[in-house]
Amino acid sequence: MAPPSGTTTILPPLDRRAVLKESAYIAIFVFALAFGLVGFKTEDVPGGLEIVTRFGQVFVAALVAFVGRLGMILLREQRPVPVLWGSAAFAAVMLALLIGNLAAPAADLTRYLPFGSVVINWLVTLLAVVFFGRAVWVLRHRSRAVTAGREAVMDRVAARVQRSARVIGPLLLGIAIVFPFLPVADRWLLDIAILVATYIMLGWGLNIVVGLAGLLDLGYVAFYAVGAYSYALLATYFDLGFWVCLPFAGIMAAFAGILLGFPVLRLRGDYLAIVTLGFGEMIRVILLNWYKFTKGPDGISGIPRPSFFGLPFTRNPPDGSESFHSFFGLEYSPLDRIIFLYYLIIALALVTNFFTLRIRKLPVGRAWEALREDETACRSIGINPRNTKLTAFAIGAMFGGFGGSFFATRQGFISPESFTFIESAIILAVVVLGGMGSQIGVAFAAVILIGLPEFFRELQQYRMLAFGAAMVMIMVWRPRGLLAHREPTIRLFPQGPPVKEPKT
Amino acid sequence: MNGNGGAHGLIAVEHLTMRFGGLVAVDDVSFDGADRQITAIIGPNGAGKTTVFNCLTGFYKPTVGRLTLNHPENGQFLLERMEGYQIPARAGIARTFQNIRLFPAMSVLENLVLAQHNVLMRASGFSVAGLLGMRRYREAERQAVDLAKYWLDRTSLTERADWEAGNLPYGDQRRLEIARAMCTKPVLLCLDEPAAGLNPKESAELNKLLLYVRDEHRIGLLLIEHDMSVVMEISDRIIVLDYGRNIAAGTPDEIKNNPDVIRAYLGETEDEELPATVARDLQDSAPRS
Amino acid sequence: MAYFLQQLINGLTLGMIYGLIAIGYTMVYGIIGMINFAHGEIFMIGAFVSIIAFLLLGMLGIGWVPLAVLLVMIVTMLLTSVYGWALERVAYRPLRNSPRLAALITAIGMSIFLQNYVQLLQGARVKPLQPVISGGLRFMKQSDFVVSFSYLQIFIIILTLCLMVVFTLLINKTAFGRAQRACQQDLGMAALIGINVDRTISLTFVTGAALASVAGLMFLMNYGVIDFYIGFLAGIKAFTAAVLGGIGSLPGAMLGGLLIGLIEAFWSAYFTVEYKDVAAFSILVLVLIFRPTGLLGKPDIEKV
Repeated sequence: MAPPSGTTTILPPLDRRAVLKESAYIAIFVFALAFGLVGFKTEDVPGGLEIVTRFGQVFVAALVAFVGRLGMILLREQRPVPVLWGSAAFAAVMLALLIGNLAAPAADLTRYLPFGSVVINWLVTLLAVVFFGRAVWVLRHRSRAVTAGREAVMDRVAARVQRSARVIGPLLLGIAIVFPFLPVADRWLLDIAILVATYIMLGWGLNIVVGLAGLLDLGYVAFYAVGAYSYALLATYFDLGFWVCLPFAGIMAAFAGILLGFPVLRLRGDYLAIVTLGFGEMIRVILLNWYKFTKGPDGISGIPRPSFFGLPFTRNPPDGSESFHSFFGLEYSPLDRIIFLYYLIIALALVTNFFTLRIRKLPVGRAWEALREDETACRSIGINPRNTKLTAFAIGAMFGGFGGSFFATRQGFISPESFTFIESAIILAVVVLGGMGSQIGVAFAAVILIGLPEFFRELQQYRMLAFGAAMVMIMVWRPRGLLAHREPTIRLFPQGPPVKEPKT
Repeated sequence: MNGNGGAHGLIAVEHLTMRFGGLVAVDDVSFDGADRQITAIIGPNGAGKTTVFNCLTGFYKPTVGRLTLNHPENGQFLLERMEGYQIPARAGIARTFQNIRLFPAMSVLENLVLAQHNVLMRASGFSVAGLLGMRRYREAERQAVDLAKYWLDRTSLTERADWEAGNLPYGDQRRLEIARAMCTKPVLLCLDEPAAGLNPKESAELNKLLLYVRDEHRIGLLLIEHDMSVVMEISDRIIVLDYGRNIAAGTPDEIKNNPDVIRAYLGETEDEELPATVARDLQDSAPRS
Repeated sequence: MAYFLQQLINGLTLGMIYGLIAIGYTMVYGIIGMINFAHGEIFMIGAFVSIIAFLLLGMLGIGWVPLAVLLVMIVTMLLTSVYGWALERVAYRPLRNSPRLAALITAIGMSIFLQNYVQLLQGARVKPLQPVISGGLRFMKQSDFVVSFSYLQIFIIILTLCLMVVFTLLINKTAFGRAQRACQQDLGMAALIGINVDRTISLTFVTGAALASVAGLMFLMNYGVIDFYIGFLAGIKAFTAAVLGGIGSLPGAMLGGLLIGLIEAFWSAYFTVEYKDVAAFSILVLVLIFRPTGLLGKPDIEKV
């Protein structure tokens, strides 16, 4: 906590040698990391490979590590002033160069920049700005207890968000409903919104399995794939519409869930994780190789687009039939279909959410959570662990299947390429980063993890790099998930307990 | 004390043997437990007491033996043939654990409502009626909360009903576990060292609670306990195990004076943990009754 | 018969590589009870460092094969271990007392990060390498089929066996090995009796990474091509191997690796090559149903 103003805290003297030594260690270490892979690049040349060296960047990286570590130690030891000036000066020079480069590319200022890549230069500058901000903070607060208090603060925020879900939920829903009619909502933004909503829905679906029932499922994409292929195959082989196929796709996926559930009932934790991962890969390999049925790597194309209760979204409907715009007497707009898809996924997500909120308060839902807490205790009070697990798998899978059908109808084309492990990992990351079991947390994490990177599409090659780094940093920063908080499903004293609960 | 008047054989353990690989944890143990009686199982550490419980409550499948429960309403059950979770659900045996096993992140009330899972599950029409928000389920849930409240009052936990179970003090957690077991409406309650870690005051309250359960709810209790003040004060019958064998059985007075029991506790061997204290407890409680 | 023998040789070679990676999984799991999801990427980095080292040696003109391979092995073990150490430091140590899922997510995050890091630095194209060790023994001529046991395969098998011996000595005879085994039993207790737990865990990651880097080197020499994506599949195969053998058990990891290698080789040879991964996973599921803790894992009796 910050000492009251006026008092001077006596700082222990700084052991300069130790500080330099620690910084030097980090620098050497970064040097060792960078030496092999940064220092030498393999270039394709006719007839084999050639090596190009980039030692300059290795040294710069080590230097950055040294200075960065030094700054961190100084901040930790309550000596913000040198960091303040250093970072300010560095950031100013870098910004001048970078902005100057943007303004006058002809002057070729890049040769004065430390890194070859503009993005990295910007990142280093950003880092300097962060250091500057931190230094200002330390200067003003002289506070050591920041990190210790952070968890508690975030817990309180999470609890408040969760409790005000009655207000925030409808508010967000309202924003989501009017969103397509806002002037900013162009095709590109709508596509991002649809993508984010898809992951929100999948996250909520997986949340049933992982967040509530505590079953670590690394193969959720399998159910997504089953849903997508069920719809695609039914629609292309039997000419069935989206609405007919949707429940069927859900049932197929649920069935796949039970199929997976049976053998893994006895497994715990990580064994479960590896088997579900294997299951996901198996489904993908089968889709890839069962050519007669799934057209293998070629995928299935020409999947029917969804219709508005039978009214297609086409400019020129076949003779004798109407399309959406002619029926409602509207001007044709290619955006209509996108907006409809948007509402469709919002509706699917809402169904998932309401279902989850509802079932949490039912015996099955409570049993799922109890199973997560202690399976042995569950058996001792007569809860059937087998059926409880199977229902969790089946229902979670069902929502994955719904999401899959939506994916198929949105894309119009699917192939096994879309259902790799990374998809499962991303959905799981959305659930865990958001805060397991927290519906709003999942939505929030989906916006951050899926929405934000879309805005940096131009930085294609850095996108996944940043994605991985963000996953690590958020988890280290808040291991229980951003908005982790559990509200009891039933209260004896809805107005608050008569005796205040100590929070651990 | 309530006499043995209306008691009848509630649980019968016959020739129970449990082997783990080469280790014989329980060796041909037989005993009965009666309705409306507290039957204590005592013995030095490693005597096989918890293993007997685990066999009774379906966590282990006994190697040999027959475990019969006579349910006053549902008839007779052969426990060794039942799946673990069915034993509390159908045969009406509830248990607590040596190291408390609550659902720590869930609220106290939720812990108690969960114990009525099977009743509520039927009432919710296996979730269908519940999802539709039908009145039948809401009514059933209200009743479940009423039963929970009843046990909250008995265990003085009402004020903390909305706490996370894991945030309760230790003694409260012990009582909550008993309340949770009672919410399954058992005919036989198995308690594995319920007084472990309690202070004397809490221990006395526990005695009262257990006697209340026996006398008012008229069910049988099986009790594993090291605390002789608890055992001697409230047990109607005592079974003594040593090295997996049943070495004595009888009323507290008979057990106190049984030479085999004293030898088992004081022992010729020295590897038991608490012989001195236990012996003192045995002596201490002798003149009192 | 000849065909069978050939598959046996191929399967064993592949199994050795899987086994070496699997040891890293099993050691880390044994000590901190977590899946090191990024271990496959460490293997991939090992392969990349190896190819760079080979090319450099080529440029320096060191052509004597045994020396070249030895030098490459030393370089890749050293440089890749640093990545193993960093991985623990960044993704695992800050989360040691956090929910297990958190560490799993950071590990997946690290895996994504490292994959893209290598892609960014070295390009997405497949990297080929000229065969370093060529030739081999040929025997059992049967009509037009000859069993070949290449020198490379012999090298891989012998090197793995040597590494296993060294590694077993390391675990059984050295102070680090004792500390490692103590930590595996009980981290808290080990700390109480004065074992530097942090250092032991770091060294465990380093050892695992060093073995995985050798596996990367073998993979590179065996297949002749690598890309930034090889870590994923090899990683899950090796993890499957570790689970199959009984996670936490070192001989189990090697056994599991050999089994997975053999299953793959024989399945590809006698059934369909496309479904070889399905076969490996199906066998894993079957084993786990009947032995939930793997082949050599300690059966865990549930304590209640």
